[in-house]
Amino acid sequence: MLEHRIVKWLFALALLAGLVLLPHVLSFSQREIAVLLVINVLLVVSYRLMTLTGEWSLGHVVIMGVGAYASALFAKRLGVPVPLSMLLGAGLAGLVAGILSFPLFRMKGFYFLIGSFAAGEVIRLIWKFFSYPFGGPKGIKLIPPVPDLGSVAFYEPENYYYLCLVVVGISLFILYRIEHSRIGLTFHAIHWQDKLAESVGVDTFRYRMLAFVLASFFAGLAGALYAHYVGTVNPTRFDVEEMGFVLIWAIVGGTATFYGPILGVVVLTVINEIVLRSLGFDTARPMIYGAILIASVLFLPNGLESLVEKVKAAFSRPKQAKSAQQARESA
Amino acid sequence: MNGPILEVRDLTRAFGGIIAVNNLNFAVKEGSIHGLIGPNGAGKTTTFNVISGFYSPTRGQVIYQGQDVSGMKTAKLAEIGLIRTFQGTTLFKEFSVIDNVRVGCHRSSRASFFSRITGADRAIEAAATERSRELLDFFNMGHLADDPTSTLPHGHQRALGMAVALAADPRIILLDEPFTGMNPEETQRMMDLVRRVRKRGVTVMLVEHDMKAVMGLCDIITVMNFGSLLTEGTPSTVRNDRKVIEAYLGSAIDAA
Repeated sequence: MLEHRIVKWLFALALLAGLVLLPHVLSFSQREIAVLLVINVLLVVSYRLMTLTGEWSLGHVVIMGVGAYASALFAKRLGVPVPLSMLLGAGLAGLVAGILSFPLFRMKGFYFLIGSFAAGEVIRLIWKFFSYPFGGPKGIKLIPPVPDLGSVAFYEPENYYYLCLVVVGISLFILYRIEHSRIGLTFHAIHWQDKLAESVGVDTFRYRMLAFVLASFFAGLAGALYAHYVGTVNPTRFDVEEMGFVLIWAIVGGTATFYGPILGVVVLTVINEIVLRSLGFDTARPMIYGAILIASVLFLPNGLESLVEKVKAAFSRPKQAKSAQQARESA
Repeated sequence: MNGPILEVRDLTRAFGGIIAVNNLNFAVKEGSIHGLIGPNGAGKTTTFNVISGFYSPTRGQVIYQGQDVSGMKTAKLAEIGLIRTFQGTTLFKEFSVIDNVRVGCHRSSRASFFSRITGADRAIEAAATERSRELLDFFNMGHLADDPTSTLPHGHQRALGMAVALAADPRIILLDEPFTGMNPEETQRMMDLVRRVRKRGVTVMLVEHDMKAVMGLCDIITVMNFGSLLTEGTPSTVRNDRKVIEAYLGSAIDAA
């Protein structure tokens, strides 16, 4: 048991050191990718929280956009200081989700998927249609950046990377705690047997709404981090193609564990942006990327996380501990 | 025995032109085991679903502890102590056994959102786990607490369903066909469990097909036929009631 804990701590320390040192081994353009990757980690992990209740949304990236637009507008038009505007943007994304819950959670499963897509498109059309305040199809430009902290300038990808690391780190901690508390247990319960959950007093609508609002808050935060880094947002950035990427990250990584989607987004981004780019297949890159996706779904239907579970199981020798672990993971 | 804990007054439920329950009246005494029986299609399950909030009544009222609860949602009813179970093995099969019961402790384990994140809810959750273990022991399943639910034998799964319901602190528990698909030995054990549940001060109402179990268990039996009340009484009166026998077996004229 103790040995186990030491291994865990060593692994965590190594991971932390790796994350801190990472920008120093990357090129400038790779550092920019690293910033976006950290933001995308928050996006996909927040998405997973939503899927715990069994509902898969197609509006998550648009909700991220709500956070991005809101934070940008708060900062640019109302002069709200940037870190605060990010929180306000995230809050507004949560609020929008709360309002959307009323029509959307009248549906389940496939219908919810379509409903969330339609709701997202409505929001995107609102951005496109109203030049004031959303800037129409061109979106918002010259979004105020995060102000310098002493001599630390956040337009430097390296410094913004650390900022994102801290914000995303705290967010992931909160999301992890939520999942491993009774709230997470109730989400799972609603996923597997919503009628039974209701029969013991769970208000399933309220909990579905809670999952949606929380997921949207953190997606909005990811959007705000994005907006103040890139400096511009537009409706196309948050279209359904981007949503496709989130789904791919979640599916390839697997959604049974907390780290599955993180694994998905990191591995796929590294393969796509670093390995394939450096190998120089410029035009063939999307094709190879697609082939990797198909292969991973065919050969690893339970996601990359299932590989990790296998490795873990191989290391922990006692068979019974292993099956108990798996049972807990699947629960 | 005291006054009624649950009362159904002039209850009617129609689906389109079909009247599934027609002007039904009965009362469940506090502390009793009350059976609701009738041939297939008599409207038992519909009655059950109206009482437990799955359907709202077309006409009439459901009175629980003197309060009109007609059309109240299932979760709200659970909140005030009216808990139902389900036919078959409706459980969180993906959870461990104890986590099933922990979900059942939902009502007694309220805590603020922030205490969930900071871990300040630890005492509440420890109490819920403690309670879950106690309930599993009550059903002689304490040793199975950490097993995956899907591997439990049928009888244990049914008992677990009761444990989940009991975890929610019911004043009255509604059992939907608790004996279906059980062999005589399992039925015997289940009957024993139901009696022990009543001993905990919980009123029991059950819908059931297994006549032997119903007759052996219930204090009062309400018999329905074609959506209406046929008769009501103790097992021995119901058993010898001509109308009941006719409803189940057909009258001499029908048979001819």
